[in-house]
Amino acid sequence: MQKFNPVKNYQATRKTIAYVSRKEATLNDYKRIGFMSGLEVHQQLKTAKKLFCRCPAGILHDNDDYNAEIIRHMRPTLSELGEYDGTALMEFKTRKEIIYRLNNQTTCTYDIDDTPPFIINKEALEYALEISLLSNLNIVGEVHITRKQYLDGSIPAGFQRTAILGVEGHIQLKNKKVRLIQLSIEEDSCREISDIGHTRVYKTDRLGIPLIETVTYPDCETPDELREAAEYIRFLNRSTGKVRTGMGAGREDVNVSCKGGTRIEIKGVAHNKWIPELSHNEAFRQWALLNVQKLLKVQVKNQEKWKIKSKKIDPAELMLKNKLMAAIDFSDKEVYAVNLEGFQGILSHFTQPKQCFANEIADRLKVVACIEKPNMIHSEEIDGSNIKADLDKIKELLNAGENDAQIVFWGPKEDIPTALETIEERCIMAFDTIPQETRKSFKDGTTIFERVLPGADRMYPDTDSAPIPLANDYIESLNKNLPVEIFKRYEQLRKWGIPSDTDNYILKNNLIPVIEQIEKLKVPAKFVGTFFGHTLKNIEGKRKKHEDFAYNRIVKMFEFIQENKLHYAISKMMLPVLLEHPNMDFFSILTSINFKKRSIEEILAPVNYLNEKFRETNSQTNKEKVVDWIMGQLHKQATGNLELSELKTKIEKAIK
Amino acid sequence: MEDIFQGYKGGALEVLKKYNVRVWGTAKISTIRGDFEGTILPRSENDDDQHIVLKIITGYNIGVDIITITDMKETGYKKANYKIPEKEFPFTDGLPNVKLFGTGGTIASRLDYRTGAVIPAFSPGELYGAVPELADICNLTTEKVFAVFSENMGPKQYMQLAKAIGKEIENGVDGIVIGHGTDTMHHTGAALTFMVQNSPIPIIIVGSQRSSDRPSSDAALNLMHAMYAAGNADIAEVMVCMFGPTSDEYGLLHKGTRVRKMHSSYRSTFRTIGDTPLAMVNRHKIDYIKKEYKPRRKDRNVTIKPYFSDKVTMFYYYPGMKRDTLDAIVDLGYKGIVFIGTGLGHVNKELYPAIERAKKKGVYMFMTLQTIWGFVQMFVYETGREMMAKGIVPGGNMLPEVAYIKLGWALGQTDDLEEVNRLMLTPINDEITEREPYNGYLLYQGGIPEVEEFIKKVHK
Repeated sequence: MQKFNPVKNYQATRKTIAYVSRKEATLNDYKRIGFMSGLEVHQQLKTAKKLFCRCPAGILHDNDDYNAEIIRHMRPTLSELGEYDGTALMEFKTRKEIIYRLNNQTTCTYDIDDTPPFIINKEALEYALEISLLSNLNIVGEVHITRKQYLDGSIPAGFQRTAILGVEGHIQLKNKKVRLIQLSIEEDSCREISDIGHTRVYKTDRLGIPLIETVTYPDCETPDELREAAEYIRFLNRSTGKVRTGMGAGREDVNVSCKGGTRIEIKGVAHNKWIPELSHNEAFRQWALLNVQKLLKVQVKNQEKWKIKSKKIDPAELMLKNKLMAAIDFSDKEVYAVNLEGFQGILSHFTQPKQCFANEIADRLKVVACIEKPNMIHSEEIDGSNIKADLDKIKELLNAGENDAQIVFWGPKEDIPTALETIEERCIMAFDTIPQETRKSFKDGTTIFERVLPGADRMYPDTDSAPIPLANDYIESLNKNLPVEIFKRYEQLRKWGIPSDTDNYILKNNLIPVIEQIEKLKVPAKFVGTFFGHTLKNIEGKRKKHEDFAYNRIVKMFEFIQENKLHYAISKMMLPVLLEHPNMDFFSILTSINFKKRSIEEILAPVNYLNEKFRETNSQTNKEKVVDWIMGQLHKQATGNLELSELKTKIEKAIK
Repeated sequence: MEDIFQGYKGGALEVLKKYNVRVWGTAKISTIRGDFEGTILPRSENDDDQHIVLKIITGYNIGVDIITITDMKETGYKKANYKIPEKEFPFTDGLPNVKLFGTGGTIASRLDYRTGAVIPAFSPGELYGAVPELADICNLTTEKVFAVFSENMGPKQYMQLAKAIGKEIENGVDGIVIGHGTDTMHHTGAALTFMVQNSPIPIIIVGSQRSSDRPSSDAALNLMHAMYAAGNADIAEVMVCMFGPTSDEYGLLHKGTRVRKMHSSYRSTFRTIGDTPLAMVNRHKIDYIKKEYKPRRKDRNVTIKPYFSDKVTMFYYYPGMKRDTLDAIVDLGYKGIVFIGTGLGHVNKELYPAIERAKKKGVYMFMTLQTIWGFVQMFVYETGREMMAKGIVPGGNMLPEVAYIKLGWALGQTDDLEEVNRLMLTPINDEITEREPYNGYLLYQGGIPEVEEFIKKVHK
């Protein structure tokens, strides 16, 4: 019999499930694995104050910029059936001490749940309703503030105040309609500073900022469709001009499943461009776990009675040689060897690029048992780091069989029972379920276990807030002042002849209303579109934008150009100066780029001289070449004074 | 007959009846704003009659405006079940026996996610289900003495409670915990101090500032602290046990006569006034702050004095107060008045004739302070001396609420002026102290560098 090789097994299992990279993936691949995905798009609203208190919104602090700290522990509350819900129990098991860093400028006693809520921020409610209407949702008759439990500590109260504004809407993508489940308004959560062992530290600057969450049905069947939906919702939110932009102001939770899989929520994806890779890998991770189930059905006969076998070991006494363990100080830790009967080939089973099933266990040891990584080695390392002598010793100690796999893990004494439980629990789940999880995303497109996915049984009415009726005439008045829908904006851009590679920039920055303003000044929309989507975007990448710069200055610039009877092409030359010095007088900008107002005659005066000069030095007399050369000599003086095509015609006439 | 339209009235009730849809029914509702689907929930009595409340599938509640409804259909029915699961509270040899008295405040509870109702947990089994750690602290028995909200606690309940405590002490329990709403906890603390004298065991009043249906509630920890202290503390007094800091760190044991609720919503709202708390407590130990206290005893020689006269009131003075206010109180037949004066214990001259009239009618009058901290001192200014001459007795550093409770308790026993004065001015458990320690008055102000440093470095 051939010896088992985990590195080869990793490659082989990758092949078995027919993993393809996203670049290679075709529509058929997604059909094959039954890719299904939806989004929960979070967007902060641009209000002056927070949602349920009167602290200023949108001021962020550095981790060390705080005035006081408080400690809380979160306790699960019993759910309807007298059971603790999955997340609740896990969070309680972890026994986390949660520390909040408070900065007086942005945090009051409401934030730390020592003062009841104030009346909901009406400005925020209105913005959120506008976006709900734009999302074609059925608006509720009365807003009921609900408490949604979070036990990870991200909200000091242990629950988030949230309310549904609309249900059952849709957005129109290029080739399909994506249905929306609901839109809610809620308070944003704390930002995590660190999470080490049993202590998690948060800062409360972001806490309480008004946030909306748009939830779609899992209607997206490819990662690209998913991204398109994410972009659409982002553009829709931004088209109101009433949402925050910048780092963390808009975030996505991505729900993914494959055929036979389960809903997995990838949390807090900060950039839409990461969505395709993340969702692709997650669907394949589930696809891989389904194969693990299949393999285990054969390898583990009596699944119902399956248990781990563990033994406390002394790594020094055993003289284990592997490099990782040799570098660790075990003086304040206990080390355990664990045998997983029938698990050969499972630990090294492919799950994600550079990750295998063993990672699923290591991740849970970190999150559930609070044991910092590196927290284990195992008998099937896919980087080839296994040392045979070590493994033999461990196997002997555990009296392991041929087809078993082994884990050696370590941690503080008090965390060992939870750790053993966690390993066993995860292995048993592998027999027949893909555990419902929220997962944390990484730039490289992979994810790690974050928490158990909470159920719907964690919502209950906020007894501190009265329901808010939404009268019909109020909703009607909002309906009358809505911006144009995004799919119509796409149509408009095409009608204007603006190239589609500018769409993203224009919609992201909500520039269509600005283009419309400038178009009224008789500047062709096509020119304005590329002026933003190409010229401005390009210059922004090269020069430092002054903090006073606003798109309104560009409108003013075009007004100036029109008033002074200049040609709009000069705008491209003025823009770099305007970006850096938005408060500079427009005449001064012209001076700084050496622009002089000239009549057509003035500009054309040197044409004959130039014509002769060209012919003197060039044997070629091709007229086109001559005109081009003269254009090159004159276009700088001409820009802003007349249309360059007009200049060309005039030159052609002049040299006959 | 069962109410199938719980809480609905007027227009909303009409609509439900018209379409034949019940509370707890799942319904499809068509409206001019689109369709909605969910379970019809009961409506709060105080909300309007223009909306119907739905729990939608995602767990959220929404309201539907009845004006917009064009059709409605009941598609199913499932009534919510309110029962809390019980687990037998385990008996552990060697742990102290603690009795928990319920008065109506919710100490522990669980949520009904369908209704959002908070269901109180009270029996040992229910409590064990909600706070399993209690089983490591004591052997627990419980008794519901009555069920009223904190604000409805009054003399009748104090007396009833005092008698129940007396009986329980005779039964040999090691400590008593009283679950109580927080608003009037300090009134009850004073009342029980006067009515249950010479207790051999700790009597601890506990509650929560954040209801136990929230994950961040202080209820479970307060309960654990109180149970631990009741079973193990050496202090045989009536005490209040609530959060020390707002953080989940430790509780404080406050003397029932010196404690006061000082913030409407903070967790660390209870403070000992004019002295230090008795002790710090966590789940595993008690750190004594005060050296002197009434120690735990083996005997069962408690004295129950369940008396109270409700012809007692409080009189909060303000500048410009008219004498007719005081006259009116006297005319209504009140026998005892606790004044809450300004500064060292003052009211304006305009009230003097009314005070003289009250005195003539045999009304007992005592002076306490709006400043909360400090002693009444009526010799410093002439106003004070004049008032004493007219019959107002200075109440030392007795807290206004404590003085009110004590005067009610005294007048419940006697009409004799000297005896009333003797009872009022002889402290039973430090309601008037001989001295105010330097660290008995600490109200730090934010913004001052050393205070800022303190709150940044030491969790509060």
